[in-house]
Amino acid sequence: MAIIDFVINSRVPMQALPPDWPGGFWWHWLFFTVVIIGFVLTMVMGFIYIERRGMGYMQSRLGPNRTGPFGLLQPVADALKVLLKENIVPTTADKLVHWLAPIVAFAPALMIFAVIPFQDKALLADLNIGILYIVAISSVSTVGVFMAGWGSSSKYSLLGAMRNVAAVVSYEIPLVLAVVGVVMIAGSMSLNQIVLAQNIPFILLQPLGCLLFFVAGCAEINRSPFDLMEADSEIVAGFHTEYSGMKFAMFYLVEYAEALAISAIITTLFLGGWRGPLLPPILWFVLKVVIVFFVMVWTRTTLPRVRIDQLMALAWKFLLPLALINLVITAIQVLIWPTALPWILVPVNFAIMVVLILIWSKFFKLGLGRIEV
Amino acid sequence: MALKTEPFVLNIGPVHPSTHGVFRMRATMDGEVVLDIEPVFGYLHRGIEKLAEQRTYGGFIPLTDRLDYIASMSNNFAYVTAVEKLAGIKVPERAEYLRVIMAELQRIAAFLIAVGAFLNDCGAFFTPFIYMFREREKIVDLFEMVSGQRLTYNYMRVGGVSQDIPDEFLPALRKFLDKMPGYIDEYDRLLMQNEILLARSKGIGILTREKAINCSISGPVLRASGVEWDIRKADPYSIYDRFEFDIPTGTVGDCYDRYRVRIAEMRQSLRILEQAVAQLPSGPIRSDVPHLVRPPVGEAYTHIEAPKGELGFYLVSDNSIAPYRCHIRPPSLINLTALREMVRGWKIADAIVIFGSIDITVGEIDR
Amino acid sequence: MTRTLSGKDIAGQLEEKFPGSIVESNQAHLIVKSEVLPDTLRFLKETAGLDFNYLNHITAVDYYQYFEVVYQLSSLEHNHTTVVKARCYDRENPSLPSVIGIWQGADFQEREIYDLMGINFTGHPNMKRIFLWEDFQGHPLRKDYL
Repeated sequence: MAIIDFVINSRVPMQALPPDWPGGFWWHWLFFTVVIIGFVLTMVMGFIYIERRGMGYMQSRLGPNRTGPFGLLQPVADALKVLLKENIVPTTADKLVHWLAPIVAFAPALMIFAVIPFQDKALLADLNIGILYIVAISSVSTVGVFMAGWGSSSKYSLLGAMRNVAAVVSYEIPLVLAVVGVVMIAGSMSLNQIVLAQNIPFILLQPLGCLLFFVAGCAEINRSPFDLMEADSEIVAGFHTEYSGMKFAMFYLVEYAEALAISAIITTLFLGGWRGPLLPPILWFVLKVVIVFFVMVWTRTTLPRVRIDQLMALAWKFLLPLALINLVITAIQVLIWPTALPWILVPVNFAIMVVLILIWSKFFKLGLGRIEV
Repeated sequence: MALKTEPFVLNIGPVHPSTHGVFRMRATMDGEVVLDIEPVFGYLHRGIEKLAEQRTYGGFIPLTDRLDYIASMSNNFAYVTAVEKLAGIKVPERAEYLRVIMAELQRIAAFLIAVGAFLNDCGAFFTPFIYMFREREKIVDLFEMVSGQRLTYNYMRVGGVSQDIPDEFLPALRKFLDKMPGYIDEYDRLLMQNEILLARSKGIGILTREKAINCSISGPVLRASGVEWDIRKADPYSIYDRFEFDIPTGTVGDCYDRYRVRIAEMRQSLRILEQAVAQLPSGPIRSDVPHLVRPPVGEAYTHIEAPKGELGFYLVSDNSIAPYRCHIRPPSLINLTALREMVRGWKIADAIVIFGSIDITVGEIDR
Repeated sequence: MTRTLSGKDIAGQLEEKFPGSIVESNQAHLIVKSEVLPDTLRFLKETAGLDFNYLNHITAVDYYQYFEVVYQLSSLEHNHTTVVKARCYDRENPSLPSVIGIWQGADFQEREIYDLMGINFTGHPNMKRIFLWEDFQGHPLRKDYL
C-alpha cells in the first residue's frame, strides 16, 4: 500500500500532457512507467493473496496463513521459490521461441496500463483511441502463448495453445462489440473521457454489455469456467506445461496481470473508474478492481469447465448475437434520446437484458456431442 | 487447398493430474477428438496374488488393504468372507454388524472421493472435492478410533474383527449419521443442476445396458446403465438380508447417471447404517479361530459389493497354512474394459470426464 | 440369494448338445474339454433358462500337472451362477480358445492370465503382457517361478 500512499500524497503533479518544459515529457514518462510496473506487481501479489485466501474460504479451508501476518507474505514466498527453481528446457524445444514466449506474453499485459487512468488525467498516455489500443494490444499476448505452445514441442502445450488462439479469436468479437456500446454513450474512445462521462456508472446503462464484456474477458484471459487452455485435469497445464523457474513465473505473472488488466478495463468502462465519493480516487479505483477480480475468483471456485466446442458455441451463438442486439439497442437509445434522463433507461435496459438472455437461452444449446470415428 | 492433417498420439499419464494414480492412456487423437485409446497398466504391479501364496491366511489381510487403498475396509471384508467360506468359520453376530457398519462407512467415504474427483475432472476447481473430503475426514476419524489407522485399516480378522469399538465410537457415528443427509443435500445444491455440468456430463460416454453386462461391468457403473444388480441384494453376504434399502439405478448410462447413482447410494448406505446401529447386538467380536487357519482342500469364491463394484476373492486351499492360489477379481480393472468404446469419438475433455466417472483405483488394477 | 446351479445338471444339458465335451462334473463345477470350450460357453450364454450373460471372472490355477482355467458365470436375469473349468496339460506352450467373442469382459482378464500364468488365449485380438513389461522372462504366478 506504500506505493499508493506515495501516489496520493506525492507532490509531483500527475499530468497527462507534457508541459512545455522539454524535460517534462520524460519525467512524466519515467514516473508513470515506474508507477505502472509497481502497481502491476503489487496488485498481482495482492491478487494472488486474494485468490488463494478467497478460494480457501470458499472451499471451507484456511488457505495460506503461515508466511507473515495472515499469510500476507505468501506471494513473496511463492515468487522466491519459483525464481530459485531450475530452469528446464526440453531438449527438443525450439530454444529461441521457448525463451522469447514469456516476454512476448508479458509485455502487452503491462502495456495495457498505459492508457488506464488511475485518477483524473493520471495516466501514461491519454490516447484518443485508448480503447482501440487496448483491444489491439491485448490480443498480442496470444502470440506469446502460441509461441510457448509451439516452442515447447509438447503435445499438451500445443493443444493448450491452439485452444487459446481459438478462444481469443472468437471472443475478441463480442468483447469489442460490448465496448462499442460504451463508446457510443460516452462519445469518446479515450478512457479518461469515458470515465469523466460516467455520471452514473455505465454498468447501469449497459448491463448486458458489462455482462458480455465480463464473460468474453474471462474467456480471453483463461479464467474459469473458460480456463480450458490450461485445464489441469485435461492437458496438465496447457501452454506452460514445459516451463519452470523464472519463465514459469513470467507466465504466472502474465495470468494475473491480464486478470488485473481486464478488471481495470471493466472498472474503467463500466464501474466509473476512479470516480466515487469521499475516498481518494486511486483507492476507489483499486477497490473496484479488487471487487471485479473477486467475482472472477468466485466464478472460478463455483463453476465447472466448458469444453472447447461449447466454448466456441457460446461465443458465436450466444455472445455475438446478443452483443449485436445490444449494440443496436444502444444506438437507438443514443440517437433518439441524446439528452434524456439516463436514469429512466436503467430499469429499461435491465429489463431488456433479462428478456434477451431468457429468450436466447431457450434457443441455445451447448455442445455438439459425439463425432463418429 | 486442403490442409494435410494426421492423427497424433498423446500419452495421458502415467503421471497426469486426472488419471487417479499411475495409469496411462495411449490416446490417438485427431486434434481434440479421441480416435482410439489404449489403457496401459502395470506401473503399480506388486504381485499381491503371488505374495499371498507365501503368507498365512491371516497374514495376507494387511496386503488386501493395499488393493483399493481408498476402500481398505471393503477389501478386508471380501477377503475374510472368502477365508471363512473356505474354512467354514462362523462369525459372531456383533462382528457381522461391525463389519457392515465399517463397510458402509467405507462405501460413503469412497463415493465421496469418487464424486469429488469426478467433479474435479469436470473442471470444478477443487471446491466439491474439498467439501467432500471434509466429510470423508470424519469417516476416517471414525476408522482411526477403531483401528488406529487412517488409510490402511487392517481391521477385520478371519472370524471377526480385530478389536471392539471404543465407547466414543457410537456417539460419534450417531453425530455423523445425523449430519450426513444435510451434507449430501449440500453436494446436490453445489452442482447438480449446473448448466455447464449438465452439458459436460449428460449424454456423454453412454454405456448401454447390453454392453455393460457383456463387458462384466459391475458396481455403480453397471447400475447407472440401468441394470438393477447389487450383490448386497442379489447374493446377500454377511447379514445384508436383514437391512432394507433400495438399489438406485440410472436410465441412460451416461456420466451424469453414474454421478447421480453414487450420490443416491450414499443415502442408501446411510439407511443401512441407521438400521445396523439400531440393531447392533452385544457379544463377542471374534469367534475362536486358530492363529493359523488350515482350511480343508477345496476352493471358494466370494464376492462383495465394494464401492468400485464386484470385488471377489477366489481362494484355493491345499490344507496348508497359506492359500494355494489367491485370485482377486478387480472391479477397477474390469470396469475399464468398455472405456475404449465409451471414449471413442469424444473430445479429450470428455475422455477425462468419462474416465473419472468410471472411478478406478490403480492399486486394484495392477495388484 | 444367488442360486448355484449344480455342475451335474448343466453337464446333462451340455452332453445332449455336445456329446463327449464334459471331462468331469460335480456339485460345484464342471470341467469341459478345451477344444469345445467356446461352443459350450456360448451355449450356456444363449440357451433360454440358463442365460449366463455375465462373466464374473476368469482366473487360472497352476496344479503342476495342468493349468486349470476357471470361468465363473452368472445370470443377471435368473440370479444363478455356476463354475466352468477347462484344463491345459501342455506346460511349455499352454493355450486355450479365447472367450472374448462371447463376453467382452474377458479382455483384460485373459491378458492378465497370459501375462502372469503364461496361458495363450487363441483368438484374442491383443494378446500381450498387461502388467509386466514386454521383455519380462517367465510367468510369475506359475508355481515353478521363484
